[in-house]
Amino acid sequence: MPPAPSSPESPTSRATASGPDALGRFGAFGGRFVPETLMDALNQLSAAYDEAMADPEFVRELEYYWRDYVGRPSPLYKAERLSKYAGGADIYLKREDLNHTGAHKINNAIGQVMIARRMGKTRVIAETGAGQHGVATATACALFGISCTVYMGEEDIRRQKLNVFNMRTMGATVVPVGSGSKTLRDATNEAFRDWMGSSKETHYTIGSVVGPHPFPMIVRDFQSVIGREARAQVLEKVGRLPDAVVACVGGGSNAAGIFYPFVGDASVELVGAEAGGRGGKAGDHASSLTQGKPGVLHGSFSYVLQDEDGQTQDVHSISAGLDYPGVGPEHAYWKDSGRVRYESVTDAEALDAYGVAARNEGILPALESSHAIAQAFKEAKRLGPGKVLIACLSGRGDKDAFEVARLRGEPIH
Amino acid sequence: MNRIDALFARLKSEGRRALMPFLTAGDPDLATTAALIPELVRRGADLLEIGVPYSDPVADGPVIAASYHRALTQGIRVAHIFQTLRTLRAEGDAAVRETPLISMVSFSIVNKMGVDRYLNDAATAGLDGLIVPDLPVEESAKLQEKATLRDLKLIQLITPTTPRARAVEIARLTTGFIYYVSVAGITGERKALPEDLKANVAWLRTQTDLPICIGFGISSPDQVQELAEVADGLIVGSALVRRLADAANRPKGDVVKEVGDFIGELSGALAPKG
Ligand SMILES: Cc1ncc(COP(=O)(O)O)c(C=O)c1O
Repeated sequence: MPPAPSSPESPTSRATASGPDALGRFGAFGGRFVPETLMDALNQLSAAYDEAMADPEFVRELEYYWRDYVGRPSPLYKAERLSKYAGGADIYLKREDLNHTGAHKINNAIGQVMIARRMGKTRVIAETGAGQHGVATATACALFGISCTVYMGEEDIRRQKLNVFNMRTMGATVVPVGSGSKTLRDATNEAFRDWMGSSKETHYTIGSVVGPHPFPMIVRDFQSVIGREARAQVLEKVGRLPDAVVACVGGGSNAAGIFYPFVGDASVELVGAEAGGRGGKAGDHASSLTQGKPGVLHGSFSYVLQDEDGQTQDVHSISAGLDYPGVGPEHAYWKDSGRVRYESVTDAEALDAYGVAARNEGILPALESSHAIAQAFKEAKRLGPGKVLIACLSGRGDKDAFEVARLRGEPIH
Repeated sequence: MNRIDALFARLKSEGRRALMPFLTAGDPDLATTAALIPELVRRGADLLEIGVPYSDPVADGPVIAASYHRALTQGIRVAHIFQTLRTLRAEGDAAVRETPLISMVSFSIVNKMGVDRYLNDAATAGLDGLIVPDLPVEESAKLQEKATLRDLKLIQLITPTTPRARAVEIARLTTGFIYYVSVAGITGERKALPEDLKANVAWLRTQTDLPICIGFGISSPDQVQELAEVADGLIVGSALVRRLADAANRPKGDVVKEVGDFIGELSGALAPKG
């Protein structure tokens, strides 16, 4: 029997009035831009989610799995040698890489699969880029005995093959997606297409704070455990709030999760690091917030990289999890309201940070998280000594060993 | 009078059902689209749905998604599509000029161009309405109002997953006709359509005076004939678009004739009811 909750605030606490409203809007952003076929499924999900989060039993069980299965709370670790390397503020790492399955994605996957089970769904589908959300969903489905299908672009299957192998080992069906750019965006299209015909028995466990309402809210709420813990931990260790919090932004779930509980703390600078890829030319990066414009993609109104006709543009990032032309609508809201600053980090800077973290701290970060670390170095230096910065180490780099080796010209076979 | 209203009024008096083919603009190229439209009208099409290619069509199955992809690979722009339609309206024969045309277009495109500009350009091009398959009624009030100002119909979809109370509300918010989606799922040919399809459409008929047209999955003369019992119009998409799949490598005349023959066959199945 799951014991009583250990954390001071429950996952139901929604810290600010930023939304979403009844239509799923964060300011002008969000909403539901999906076919009528999915509207009833979304309405049912909204109702089931509200009902579950109001049920103390559900919350208790979720916290039980987060603690005894995932290993929460994840440590807040003072990275002395990285701080020294950066030459400024003290850098603390929120160690989501130490979670079971190696990334923050499991926080959300367990929550959503529990909702699916509660709704009586017998099948779960997911999209995945880096494969971390796919692995997390396959894991949660194995845990609860639910059938699992994961859509993944062929290019991502190539560069994240360890995760593909692990998903299949846990009994998930991994469906390769060969359309378009063969990456996360195309995998998301296929997952939606599946759900169009399967929503009666199937829950779509979306992996980031993207998609139509209520997904951006649900994923943010489940991932907010990162920020709630980090806030309590920094108060305990340092005795005050941090000066800055930095996270990488693909769809934006680890960032939303760590930012959200700090949104009301005006003294805390929030910084999101997007994929700057090879440079600023269209097609060479995935910087939706810093280079995109408001538009519609995958059921939501947010910042998107698209052409003059509204066609989604091809994007690039060394990191499969950031290789996405859209971003969650709450980030769009935070950007426009000035609450969060978004910066672009290149492939080269991220690879460099990956190596620095490995050599100086004995930590192999995921390539996604390496973007946050690269940005953290810049922010720490700017803030200067005596300041405190938290970077979200959203995942570990095991999955990236093959791709990094290949890029270095030393392929592992 | 809007051509859509005129069409359904005329068909009603004649006791006929509308045959409504869907084709992707610009697949394999706009010259072929411009040749196909008059041919389909000549072979019995009563209304044409013009698919505006979109990069991420989540409601579409592989056939239409691939067709959109082919068109976009050609560099098709929305402005080119409108130009082609404008020319057809100006230079086509009387039947072509009077056939209602509606665009099937993602809200991503409408939003990016700007609602006012999209609607103005659509109206100038001679379109009579639009279907925005990723814009549910909750999000479409503004578009509906602006479309109505230009005498453009905004056709809403009702699907097998739509609860009945919601279906009634959607019917109330629709102009032109109701698009009843035959299956819960994406576009694509289906051998068998749901057993309760006719009953569901018959129920919807009791809730609205608007014409009800059925689409998704319809591909054969038999299906057209059977559904004509309950629907005012039948929409045929993937079964037509499939015939464009390798059109780029074939003589254009052959492609146009083959697609025309197919529509002729479906039209033959839609004999006037007694
Ligand atoms: C470790 C890690 N960090 C970050 C991301 C990016 O997703 P999000 O921006 O939703 O956190 C991913 C996605 O695959 C990931 O695996």
